Amino acid sequence: MVAFTVNGVRREVGVDANTPLLWVLREHLKLTGTKFGCGIASCGACTVHIEGQATRSCATPVSMVEGKSVTTIEGLSPDGSHPLQKAWVAEQVPQCGYCQSGQIMQAAELLARNKAPSREEIIEHMDGNICRCGTYLKIISAIQRASREG
Amino acid sequence: MTKPIDARTTDLSRREFFGAAAGLSLAFTVAPDPLALIDDGVSGVALADGALSANVWLTIATDGTITVVSPAAEMGQGTFTTLPAVIADELDADWSKVKPVFPPEWTEKKFGNPGYDNYAFQTSASFAVRGYFKAMRVAGAQARRVLIDAVAAKWGVPAAELSTEPSVVVHKATNRRISYGEIASFAKAPADLPKIEDKDLKTPANFRYIGKDLPRVEVPLKVTGAAKYGIDAQVPGMVYAAVLQSPYPGGGPQTVDETRARQVAGITDIVKLPEGVGVIGTSVEATQRAKNLLKASWSDAPGAHHDSEKALEEFAVIARDKNREGVPYEPVGDAKAAMRTAAKIYRGEYRTRYLYHAQMEPMNATASVSSDGKSVEIWTGTQGPTNLHNQVARLLGIDRTSITLHQHFLGGGYGRRSQQEVVVDAVRLSKAVGKPVKLIWTREDDVTGGKFRPMTAHHIEAGFDAGGKLVAWHHRVVAESVAAYTSIASGVPPAPVDRVVMKGSPIPQYPLPNKLAEHVIEARGARLAAFRGVGNAHNAFAVESFLDEIAKDRDLDPIAFRLTIAEGAPRMQTLLRAVAEMSDWKRRRDGHGLGVGTMVKDDTLVAGVAEVSVDRATGKVKVHNFWAAIDAGLAVQPRNVAAQTEGGIIYGLGHVLREKITIRNGHVLESNYSDYEVTRMSDVPSIDVKVVSTDNPPTGAGEDGVPVVACAVGNAIAALTGVRLRELPFAPERVRGALGA
Repeated sequence: MVAFTVNGVRREVGVDANTPLLWVLREHLKLTGTKFGCGIASCGACTVHIEGQATRSCATPVSMVEGKSVTTIEGLSPDGSHPLQKAWVAEQVPQCGYCQSGQIMQAAELLARNKAPSREEIIEHMDGNICRCGTYLKIISAIQRASREG
Repeated sequence: MTKPIDARTTDLSRREFFGAAAGLSLAFTVAPDPLALIDDGVSGVALADGALSANVWLTIATDGTITVVSPAAEMGQGTFTTLPAVIADELDADWSKVKPVFPPEWTEKKFGNPGYDNYAFQTSASFAVRGYFKAMRVAGAQARRVLIDAVAAKWGVPAAELSTEPSVVVHKATNRRISYGEIASFAKAPADLPKIEDKDLKTPANFRYIGKDLPRVEVPLKVTGAAKYGIDAQVPGMVYAAVLQSPYPGGGPQTVDETRARQVAGITDIVKLPEGVGVIGTSVEATQRAKNLLKASWSDAPGAHHDSEKALEEFAVIARDKNREGVPYEPVGDAKAAMRTAAKIYRGEYRTRYLYHAQMEPMNATASVSSDGKSVEIWTGTQGPTNLHNQVARLLGIDRTSITLHQHFLGGGYGRRSQQEVVVDAVRLSKAVGKPVKLIWTREDDVTGGKFRPMTAHHIEAGFDAGGKLVAWHHRVVAESVAAYTSIASGVPPAPVDRVVMKGSPIPQYPLPNKLAEHVIEARGARLAAFRGVGNAHNAFAVESFLDEIAKDRDLDPIAFRLTIAEGAPRMQTLLRAVAEMSDWKRRRDGHGLGVGTMVKDDTLVAGVAEVSVDRATGKVKVHNFWAAIDAGLAVQPRNVAAQTEGGIIYGLGHVLREKITIRNGHVLESNYSDYEVTRMSDVPSIDVKVVSTDNPPTGAGEDGVPVVACAVGNAIAALTGVRLRELPFAPERVRGALGA
């Protein structure tokens, strides 16, 4: 049994300690906004926050979040009103959209500690998140907009 | 403002849709637009000829909500907004009241793409807008006429005195107004819908949504995690599956050692499949772990002996050997005769390697076969509902109407989700265990079981007459046949010409008097697929690289040379002039080079210019700027056309810089994003796309940025360094070697 907090709610799951957090979130807790992309922390689609830190849930054994606080895309804001979510809509970032939960969670960590990142800082922070549709320039614009509009 | 759509209701059941509360449902016959008939060479579905059924494209509820069927798969290309916008425009609907849904039933002759002669549900080759555009305009106009006629009868006024504003019918003379929702409470759909002729359709000046930019309807769902993809399906009582696949097509499991796999907690069944071994269990993590513990040997097949690097060398030899005739594709004049009398002949050779779609959502499907085996429910995101139905019906020996498909958003398609083997395996496994089964491929499964853009070897000859005019063109493409591969699963014999491989080779942007492109088909047993940009991408790399080599030899400016040979193709000339201006083409840049490329795919035209630098010590290529101009006819959603083109350029950039699939002894050597390296944010240049909207019918825009990248970048490197790179990818070691560093 592993106990941790997800989006402010305490959850207990009876799974093997080595189970990737990703599958606990997606299939045990049915929080499917966090996506499976590669399973080896190479694409960023599964990014969630653990104690505010952007983390690849596919390569995080659930035992590592025992007693900790996890935030997924579903918990980033109550109603899609996080500045990044608003900016993502305003810039019409998503195409297929599959990577965007991870992109937004990765970007949210950046803005939480650097309210006005430079373009170079954005690229450095986001370079581990793959978007195969090619929305990278829109992602940069959206992060800049969120930084500007708060 | 678009109201957010609800993820849970984009997939309506037939009863929910047709039985919509009080309101008006309208039946239309969808007629093909002769200008938009298409053949992508991959839909591969035979249907009986016959009259079209009437169908229901939209319902208007008494609260004014207008539910519109949007039949194409939504994989990021935006048709879930674009197609309903076309209906809404002619209907003169208030866009905020329009709610798109996937088809309530998958009957081709009701909702299939009228651009295909078989009305297939097949979203590929950028054919959705092209195929549905006219039909949807007519449907919208018919619906508007029905509403007007109903009001005319009720108010006792001539229909000609009535006009519309968004979702309102207006009688100006008496200053009366009535909303579409109110009309729906009393209007009846007539037995025969009003006839709509071209003159009854809106003129472009009156478009409200076509040619304007609407926010995409599903975007709000994609920033909160609410959008549902196939992999998100949750079905009561479902179990999970992973599949160990044969490394090569046609290999069946011979010996299977399942001892260790069986020991994983939660594993319940291990099931042999025609080309794999399925592991069933109570969790994803258990099935993935157990799959990796399986040991299997596979029966022999041609693909078991395939070595891609060795084969590519052989392809290059075959390309040169004119005794090996190929299948001609849209030839013009007599290229061979013209070549014999040419005063000067140039020859060029180019190579490309296998590419992997690398869509972000690994292949997956959930299936639930009924206990009597006579019906099945399927949850997935697919580009090819028609093929899916045909293959599953054949597998289970049931009628297509016994299949219930729940279409989802696609986490990337790019051609990969046209193929159905994962759906078919999920159905097999559900039948075997008598439960709903959710089959998810790992990324490693997705790479090694990938279906690739074929590798190619090109040999091109260009003949000039004594007056210096390019009069003969002969392009030989040696590659496997995608059509032959996909026909194995679809059960439909392949077309004699493989358009997937050959598109782009007829170079309509250069109306030369004698052109021959031929496909020399080599069978090597690789898994293949249509791929974003299809043949245009490898063919543009060969053709446009070659043109630059010729221009250099003749001391001509690359764009000026292309403008000359594009004489008679004014749309392309316009684009070439546009990118020349955008890139400030004549301005020299220290340490940077410029290169140009063009492509025409199914009547969509693109020109692009790349600005690059090369680190001579490492061989690393950096693209700094990319300018593109696209003419896709009437741009229905211009901002989206630009976004798609930009995305295509970024997609194509990875093919240039690093991406390649290597097959040795039938095994794919790459395995994940760690060794199949796609474009990342730090690779991306500044990109400027000019959308040139013309009064031609709308054509595709989903993949047209891809083909101009490799050629433009290669040409820029040659302009900068004097060194010509004739094979993809331009990986640092290849570039360093070519530069002699």
